[in-house]
Amino acid sequence: MKRDFEKDKKDMVVVEGSYAVASAVKSCRPNVISAYPITPQTHIVEDLSQFMADGEIPNCEYIMVESEFSALSALVGSSAAGARSYSATTSQGLELMHEVLFNVSGMRLPVVMTVANRAVSAPINIWNDQQDSISQRDTGWIQLYAEDTQEVSDMTAQAFKIAEDPDVLLPVMTCMDGFILSHVYEPVVLLDDDLVAEYLPPFEPEFKLDPKNPKTFGAFADPNSYTEFRFLQQQAMNKALKTIEDAADEFYDLFGRYYGGLIDTYETDDADIILMAMGSIVGTIKDVVDKLRANGVKVGLLKVRSFRPFPVEAIKNVIKDAKVVVALDKNISIGLNEGALFTETKASLYNTKIDVPVIGFMIGHGGRDIPVETIENIIDEAKKVIDSGISVESQFTDLKEELL
Amino acid sequence: MKSLLAPGHRGCAGCCDAMAAKFTLMAAGEDCIVVSPTGCLEVMTTPYPESSWDVPFIHSLFENNAAVASGIEAALKAKGEMGNTKIIAMGGDGATLDIGMRSVSGAFERGHDFTFVCIDNEAYMNTGVQRSGATPFAASTTTSPSGTVSFGNIRPKKNMPAIMAAHGSPYVATTSIGYPKDMIRKVKTAVDVEGPTYVHAHSPCTTGWGFDTSKTVEVAKMAVETCLWPLYEMEDGEITKVKKVKNPKPVEDYLKMQRRFKHLFTKEGGDDFIKQIQALADKNIEKFGLQ
Ligand SMILES: Cc1ncc(C[n+]2csc(CCOP(=O)(O)OP(=O)(O)O)c2C)c(N)n1
Ligand code: SF4
Repeated sequence: MKRDFEKDKKDMVVVEGSYAVASAVKSCRPNVISAYPITPQTHIVEDLSQFMADGEIPNCEYIMVESEFSALSALVGSSAAGARSYSATTSQGLELMHEVLFNVSGMRLPVVMTVANRAVSAPINIWNDQQDSISQRDTGWIQLYAEDTQEVSDMTAQAFKIAEDPDVLLPVMTCMDGFILSHVYEPVVLLDDDLVAEYLPPFEPEFKLDPKNPKTFGAFADPNSYTEFRFLQQQAMNKALKTIEDAADEFYDLFGRYYGGLIDTYETDDADIILMAMGSIVGTIKDVVDKLRANGVKVGLLKVRSFRPFPVEAIKNVIKDAKVVVALDKNISIGLNEGALFTETKASLYNTKIDVPVIGFMIGHGGRDIPVETIENIIDEAKKVIDSGISVESQFTDLKEELL
Repeated sequence: MKSLLAPGHRGCAGCCDAMAAKFTLMAAGEDCIVVSPTGCLEVMTTPYPESSWDVPFIHSLFENNAAVASGIEAALKAKGEMGNTKIIAMGGDGATLDIGMRSVSGAFERGHDFTFVCIDNEAYMNTGVQRSGATPFAASTTTSPSGTVSFGNIRPKKNMPAIMAAHGSPYVATTSIGYPKDMIRKVKTAVDVEGPTYVHAHSPCTTGWGFDTSKTVEVAKMAVETCLWPLYEMEDGEITKVKKVKNPKPVEDYLKMQRRFKHLFTKEGGDDFIKQIQALADKNIEKFGLQ
């Protein structure tokens, strides 16, 4: 993370994470917003509604829909008609959008949506994990995960820039941990409207629904052409790898804040043990790294910002010389007993010359706290792998035996 | 008048959906944007890389076309590009009164300025003639077949026009592709009225109903002449105009033309069902003052 805190200090305000996101959305000058309330995303839609009520978002329509399904569907229409389009949701709301998510990316509509990550039902649970967005990984959306409030606010502007890049034209999900980031008050620098105007040009799509130049959107494609649509989506994801990095660099040049492009690293250069994670847990891990480094333990952190596209090369470069890699996941693929970051990191190393053991831990489901001790215990397990090899590849942590 | 739906689409010969789309475009003119859900209409008109549409057209999913239309309206309004552009959501009966019901209801309650045209061919034709909430009483479909103990679909049609009027729509009309002038006039009225307006077009499907491809219009007219499909208009929830039927024909004349009612004439006990269907027509005559 590169950031001039001294310079930022004078502009800092203490606001709720949701407010910072809503304010960032406002600065990005959306034309159509459509969202449906669901905890812990609710404050974002409320704050945006208040901005609308106070006339603070010009040239914008806010559609108060009857469901998440219609929220995203409305943005299919608005984005196709050439409007910069935004939504926010989480958990059950995101799952209800599932069918539309494919549709938005298949039609190459650069919609941006904040996901305030939350566990999925059943049992119903409103607290944080990342099962909701991870379950949507194959829908063709770019997925970025933020570490803190400042990052998710800044990421909002980056998201529109990435999505609307003519080489990309894919929707972007910016993911923030529910409650942990959405409901916490932190000092942040809100986006400056003039700087955002410089950073983010107006949305001028090459193709849109226009009676003067009729085009057909969402056609029916038979086996003769469907595959090529999929191929082109994958190609756009490949291009997005660079666009995401460029968007972060350009943001740094203008705003002086940088959180990594596809990934970020912390003390990884000489690390024997590298922990990989996404989202707010990264902050806790940094503290643990500091503490253990002070005791001479060579441990480092690889923060994954972009989960889709998955930055295979960037990850390989960082972990290739480690003695063990540990992926932490707030999700599980039930039936495989693995979290997504673990599975995909392992897969990235297959058929390469990199021979580093990877283990996975599934943690923090349904909002269970992840204290420093849990991370320390995980690092102890990683040390055992260096000494004697892998005994268990992937496991839950902190299970309460008395409840099983 | 230039046809805005190109010939060469892939609908069956005598396709009602194609007629409904053509008449709708005649009414709306070039300055319109069409939204369509999944169904016969979309599938037969947009086989990539071809398209029959000479106006901007978007298909998203089976159940969301009113929501997509809402978004288009909001986009044009936000960007100051609305001008005189008409937004038309056109969808089958399944997409309108079954799976798309929530999105239609939401869009009407929110009051978006667009027109919804329901092309009611009384079943899910695109997936092979399964019953929908618009399938009439005693019709045989592939999911409500007549059988040794069944006389087909046992429920009456959902009264969608009444539901849309109850949403506070300023203009709701029923029409039929058997009466092109009536349909064009009503769609034109609907697109000109501000707010969410609704036109429900009865659309006999040669394939799904089982009649000769040359008889689509004849069958459509017979539904009106037997008073099984009354044509009327509603303004702000009140019926304002009704098309009178001078000498209503017996419902048999309509039922006999179609394979989907064949069992009523061949199976023992069919008479009773025909009587019940006649009762539905009689009720319409009384309720709408058709005579
Ligand atoms: C969520 C979903 N369920 C089912 C389908 C399959 N499906 C596609 S079109 C259709 C029926 C369309 O019926 P209708 O709306 O009446 O239009 P028609 O084809 O009869 O004109 C069905 C069931 C689908 N595309 N999406
Ligand atoms: S099945 Fe019916 S509605 Fe579908 S294309 Fe054929 S005639 Fe038209």
